[in-house]
Amino acid sequence: MRLTSDEVKHVAHLARLGMSDDETELMRDQLSNILEQFKSLEQVDTKNIEPTGHSANLQSVMRDDTVEPSRPKKEILKNAPQVEDEFIRIRAVLE
Amino acid sequence: MHAENIPSLTVRKAADLLASREASSTELTNAVLNRISRVEETIRAFVTVTKDMAIKQADQADARIATGNAHQLTGIPMQLKDNMCTRGISTTCSSLMLKTYLPTYDATVTKRLFDEGAVLIGKGNLDEFAMGSSTENSAFFPTHNPWDGERVPGGSSGGPAAAVAAGECIYALGSDTGGSIRQPASFCGIVGLKPTYGVVSRYGLVAFASSLDQIGPLTKDVTDAAIVLNTIAGHDPHDSTSIPFDVPDYTAALGKEIKGLKIGIPKEYFVEGVQPEVRDAVNVAISVFENLGASVSETSLPTSSHAMAVYYIIAPSEASANLARYDGVKYGYSAADTGRMWDALDKTRQDGFGPEVKRRIMLGTYALSTGYYDAYYLKAQKVRTLIRREFDQAFDKFDAIVTPTTPTVGFKLGEKTSDPVQMYLNDIFTQPANIAGIPAISVPCGIADGLPIGLQIMTNHMAEDTLLQLAYAYEQATEWHLEHPQI
Repeated sequence: MRLTSDEVKHVAHLARLGMSDDETELMRDQLSNILEQFKSLEQVDTKNIEPTGHSANLQSVMRDDTVEPSRPKKEILKNAPQVEDEFIRIRAVLE
Repeated sequence: MHAENIPSLTVRKAADLLASREASSTELTNAVLNRISRVEETIRAFVTVTKDMAIKQADQADARIATGNAHQLTGIPMQLKDNMCTRGISTTCSSLMLKTYLPTYDATVTKRLFDEGAVLIGKGNLDEFAMGSSTENSAFFPTHNPWDGERVPGGSSGGPAAAVAAGECIYALGSDTGGSIRQPASFCGIVGLKPTYGVVSRYGLVAFASSLDQIGPLTKDVTDAAIVLNTIAGHDPHDSTSIPFDVPDYTAALGKEIKGLKIGIPKEYFVEGVQPEVRDAVNVAISVFENLGASVSETSLPTSSHAMAVYYIIAPSEASANLARYDGVKYGYSAADTGRMWDALDKTRQDGFGPEVKRRIMLGTYALSTGYYDAYYLKAQKVRTLIRREFDQAFDKFDAIVTPTTPTVGFKLGEKTSDPVQMYLNDIFTQPANIAGIPAISVPCGIADGLPIGLQIMTNHMAEDTLLQLAYAYEQATEWHLEHPQI
């Protein structure tokens, strides 16, 4: 199955991934080739088969809700691209 | 302690030297640092060499050894793949996105090693966010195979594998989502172990595909793999998929006779596309098991042939969700030249991620999107159930499954970078173990044209003891683990 450029752009938008026109075309080719490889799955009969999310067979793992100190504010802020006083500065959400 | 001795120095031998006071951790650490300064220029296995920290930790280790309170890993220099968090020490995932990221905590594996007095010598190069099979997807530089500088070391744990093989550390930890420990171990002629999913905590391992990721050791022999696993295995409340169990002494399995153990050889792993020298070496290895008294018979794992399709739907789907966190707000790269939130987000991710990471985010987003979810993601999860069931049935009959680790020996740098599908085919023999969640190991089993060949052994869930028992028996009956690259 071949993807269209519009489909690639739509997926890029869903993933919030900026993409140039050249990148879009290359991605269209490469993704189409990869999706071609997935066709083999159509041959597998999966009627009445439950999906496996992960292999550890664990369910609803709980632990005690104990109070612990948070990680040091200074170290966390050191990683933030923009800081103002003791806060992470973000770009305007509303204009 | 000479730098030239490091390539053949195992954890066990190093621990003996330290315990008998024939060498101090400071001497050992300096020898490793010398070795790094000599060969790193050609290998490029490290994103960061943590020299100051290593010297400090070696000094602390010597003090601990002097009190008689040492552990087997105390004072021994190791490398961590650069996707495992180290507090205050850059953890980049070999991505521009995390180039300046300084974790505020240690991964559980880091903490466990530090608690036992391990010496961190540096952080290992990888394919960006562990996505790749050659380490060519590192945003910084490719790593070179110590056996032949024009060849890839494999990936994504190419830095750790090359560092161990080249004697730039005594052992390393890698992560394995579809073969990322075993395939580079195979290409670099060392031992690589992927434990059962849930045996080693993933807390502090930067997430790629959470249902498949597992941390494990890269070592010079099977004994070292067991020693390192002893320390890193075990339940961790910080990882809800970590299995509660009593960690055995994995070295207890070493040296036990393998007479009577049943080994299955799945015919689907010896198909066209497997390099003849690889097939021959694995067939010779199989006869070694027979000579040691194991009973070997052919079997079939037909659903395994769909593992690659299942893997390349599930792993990118999980990755697309996991990598949504890189938004340029709290940490990591942030596109500075735009003020609007949505534009900045698009631009940050466009500039911060490399081509393979973008491909996988796109693939995963597509597979999870409306209209395609059932055909791709749900279908892959159902086939995953069948693959797992097929292994369960195989382990009713067999104690272990033996295959080649990879279809070929290490390929040339640049040979497969333009065709993602060719690159993906590298991991067809290793992906099934991740999909089923079972343990698997690669051990050296031959050399073709000067390049190592790997033998893969897989066992049932939590059967690391049988896995190590078989791997050790094979290793002791052969001499491939004593071969080292000439650099």
